[in-house]
Amino acid sequence: MIIATTRMDKMAAKKTAGPLTLQNDDLDLETRMELFRLQVEIRVCEKKANDLFFQNLIKGTSHLSLGQEAIAAGVATAMRPGDKSFCTYRGHAHTLARGVPMEKVLGELMLRDNGLMRGKGGSMHLTSVEHGVMGSYAIIGAHLPIACGAAWRAQYLGDDDVSVCFFGDGTTNIGAFHEALNFAAIWKLPVVFICENNLYMEYTPIADVTAVEYPAADRASAYGLERIIVDGNDADAVFRVAQSAFDKARAGDGPSLIECLTYRHSGHSRADPAKYRPEGELEQWLERDPIKIYRDRLREFGVSDQQLEAIEAEAKRKVEAATEVCKASPPAPTELLTADVYANGGWEWRN
Amino acid sequence: MAELTYRDAVARGIAQEMERDRNVVFLGEDIAKAGGVFKATVGLYDKFGPTRVRDTPISEQAILGAAMGAAMTGLRPIAEIMFADFAAVCFDYIANEFPKLRYMTNGQLGCPLVVRTGNGGGARFGAQHSQSIENWTMMIPGLKVVAPSSPIDVVGLLAAAVRDNDPVIFHEHKALYAIKGEVPDGEILDKLGTAKILRSGRDATILALGLMVHRAMEAAERLARDHGIDCEVIDVRSLVPLDTNTILNSISKTGRLFTVEENPRLCGWGAEIASIAVDEVFWDLDGPIVRITTPHIPLPAADHLEDLALPNADRIVERISRVMNGSRL
Ligand SMILES: Cc1ncc(C[n+]2csc(CCOP(=O)(O)OP(=O)(O)O)c2C)c(N)n1
Repeated sequence: MIIATTRMDKMAAKKTAGPLTLQNDDLDLETRMELFRLQVEIRVCEKKANDLFFQNLIKGTSHLSLGQEAIAAGVATAMRPGDKSFCTYRGHAHTLARGVPMEKVLGELMLRDNGLMRGKGGSMHLTSVEHGVMGSYAIIGAHLPIACGAAWRAQYLGDDDVSVCFFGDGTTNIGAFHEALNFAAIWKLPVVFICENNLYMEYTPIADVTAVEYPAADRASAYGLERIIVDGNDADAVFRVAQSAFDKARAGDGPSLIECLTYRHSGHSRADPAKYRPEGELEQWLERDPIKIYRDRLREFGVSDQQLEAIEAEAKRKVEAATEVCKASPPAPTELLTADVYANGGWEWRN
Repeated sequence: MAELTYRDAVARGIAQEMERDRNVVFLGEDIAKAGGVFKATVGLYDKFGPTRVRDTPISEQAILGAAMGAAMTGLRPIAEIMFADFAAVCFDYIANEFPKLRYMTNGQLGCPLVVRTGNGGGARFGAQHSQSIENWTMMIPGLKVVAPSSPIDVVGLLAAAVRDNDPVIFHEHKALYAIKGEVPDGEILDKLGTAKILRSGRDATILALGLMVHRAMEAAERLARDHGIDCEVIDVRSLVPLDTNTILNSISKTGRLFTVEENPRLCGWGAEIASIAVDEVFWDLDGPIVRITTPHIPLPAADHLEDLALPNADRIVERISRVMNGSRL
């Protein structure tokens, strides 16, 4: 509770700097509308995923990013085609933000043949190489070194893509986090690490299990990196900081570690009612809902309610249409069971 | 044709592949400037330079994770894990990440990399630097597992591993680095999943891997000379893929199967092959299948204790001759 309050106060304090107008701002309206559209689409798609879970159409588990949309939208909008994203089990938002069609994501969550991996991966392993989404990793921290490797390939071959690795605050306490940051720093790799500090690991407040206040940023100096903290509920702020990290990476100046402060509105996973949260905490953060913030800002910039509502209506229409496609899709064919264990497409380990 | 040590064969194999393909890169602890703790990679840094032969921090997870990230986006990395025991430090990559990538992504991504590691005992290094871990890696769907016993096999199998599109764990035996063998000049390319009959025989089949191949060969010579038992010795070479054709044909021919394994007894690879033999050639068997293994213990450092633990020619001869003469175990 105290942490949340302190952090909210800090954010509120930062906001009092003079009002932005379209004239004195660096982001054009087109980018802004795109950021809004992405956040809204992610929100409606994830809410749909939640409904489908309760209808038993989505099985297993799912980890929503409700409340964290500004990060996925801000970072992805700053990325170029060809850049690579490495996600976690909480990766629906990042996958959608890279332009992967909703029906492919929902199809995978519903374990249907039309899904991204035709149901073989499930919600925790969303991958779409064609969109630069190089997998979602369900073992905490595993993908930080993997993102380093993809960045190493870019450096070695002279490709100019950047690898981006999303992860949570809890991840900062696992060894792979520290190995990856040191490795990326000494090899000056074009990789950007995005920590989404949503205050909790699974059920435990990050502050209870972490020696420093800002679990990622406070450790950056240990790897010779700048301490970067950004309001993760403000898509513009995330976009700007990500863009400068990408510029730095593309210029050959090495990795960045960005800590985005945010909050997840729902529990850790579908099974979690989030009873451990102090009373009032969620309500306070709902005041700072990234979509609400963004809608207000666009209104200030003169975008009409009608325009905003049209974007929201279109997102709803898209999600309904995608859901129908998924419902009509058959389950994966049984021959997939043994396909692709080895590179020859099969599973034989003996002759 | 040159005489090469097993250790020089490693450098020769890596160099051959790096010369052939610019996408082959090599990383690990102390492998570049220092030439590796076992001196198996001497000369590569001078030849290929610091962008292709890279020293890493002591970060086994970063080594394997970075190798994977590079492999899935277009390179063909060779990563060294200094002692095989340290595979436990980065086992997530070996067990969860490389082998499942292709399957989970429905074939969108693959992981063509080689992890080379110094496997096995006999060097008095104690329980955390002597383990034979090939059975840790054999049981994971999606990995390939190779363990050469001679310099020529090191070059040929390493080349095959680098060119393979699956992740390969390449177990070098650290007690073999100093042995020598003839290696022809020019490019050498072997085939994964092929066992080699090193000695043909009538009476019994002995399967072995790595260092144990040498001990099995010595035992076979003595069994023939002193006991009149003519053994066929097969170097299994590759556990995954496994050359069951060669192995089962030999068992059908001799009617007897002995495995000589360095790994601790429980769940060793010999148990798997014994089970396959019972399933598929049971009616050709003339007697019990016998596994000669290290006992189920961590390895001691003291010379005489380590020697007592690892199978050697004396014990192989003793076990096989008794069983062949009809004694119970
Ligand atoms: C190595 C490992 N340990 C534990 C888990 C179980 N687990 C799944 S999510 C999670 C919490 C992760 O928290 P954080 O990194 O903050 O990410 P968030 O879920 O908040 O996005 C844990 C402990 C795991 N998947 N992998």
